[in-house]
Amino acid sequence: MNPENQLLDPHQWVKAHADYLYAYTIKRIDDTELARDLVQETFLAALEKVKNFEGRSSERTWLTAILKNKIIDVYRKKSARLAKEVQQAEHEQQDFFEDDGHWSPGHRPLSFGIEQVDPLVNKEFNTILQKCMQKLPALWMAVFTMKHIDDEETTVICSELKVSPANFWVIIHRTKLNLRACLQRNWGENL
Amino acid sequence: MSYLKKVQYNCKKATFLIEKKMADRITFREHIELRIHLMGCSVCKLYGKQSRIINDMVQQLWQSSMPDQVRLDDDFKKELQERIEEELNKK
Repeated sequence: MNPENQLLDPHQWVKAHADYLYAYTIKRIDDTELARDLVQETFLAALEKVKNFEGRSSERTWLTAILKNKIIDVYRKKSARLAKEVQQAEHEQQDFFEDDGHWSPGHRPLSFGIEQVDPLVNKEFNTILQKCMQKLPALWMAVFTMKHIDDEETTVICSELKVSPANFWVIIHRTKLNLRACLQRNWGENL
Repeated sequence: MSYLKKVQYNCKKATFLIEKKMADRITFREHIELRIHLMGCSVCKLYGKQSRIINDMVQQLWQSSMPDQVRLDDDFKKELQERIEEELNKK
C-alpha cells in the first residue's frame, strides 16, 4: 500500500465531509433528493479511486473535485434544454429593451437603495436575493456561478456545459438583467 | 442612423458589454463604444453600478450562507457510512 494513502480515512468520511459536500451541492443544485444522491455517489466513486489518490491535495479537496464532476454532469444533462431556454431568453429580453435597443419604459433601472444595503447584516435582503436566484432557470444559475463564483475560464465553462460562446454571453447578460429587475421589484418596495 | 447614434442609443448592447467586461474582457473597440454610450446614458451607468454590487452580494451570500441550516439528517449519514464500510469490507 502506498504510504500516502494513509491520508485518506474512509471510516471518517461521512462524519468529516458529508455536510460540507451536501452544502456545496445544494448551493449549486437546488434539489435535496438529487443532492443526497450526489453525495452518496461521490463517496462510492471515491472508494473506487482510493488507490489513485496521490496525497497532493487534502482529502476534502479531492472529494470535492469528484463531486464537482458529478454536478457538471447534471448541468450538462440540463443543457439539453438549452436551445429552448436561450430562445426564451432572447424573446423575453425584448421586454427589457425596445427594438432600437433603448430601455423600455417599465424596465428602466431606478435607484432602489441597493448601494446602502450591507448584506452581511441585512438578512431580509439576502432572503430576497436568494429567492430571485431560485427563480432563474437552473442552467443560467450554473453558468452564472461557474463564472462569478468559481471563477472558471469562459472556454472551460462552454466546453463543460456544451454551450456556444454566443449563448454563454446571452445567458450571462440575461441572468443579470433578471436578477437586477427582481431585486428592484422586491427590495424597492421596502423603501 | 449614423454609427455614433447607434452606439449612443443602444442600451441593450451597452448592458451586454458591461456584463462581458465584468466577466471577461472586451475589445478595444467595444471599450470605446461603451465609454461613448455611458457618457450620455445615466441609466446604463446606474445599471453598471448596481450590477457590480449584485456580483459582490451574490459572492458574499454564497460564501456565508447556510452552513448551519444545510445539513444531512443523521439517519441518512448513518446509512451512508454503513454503506461505505460495506464496500470497504468487500475489498
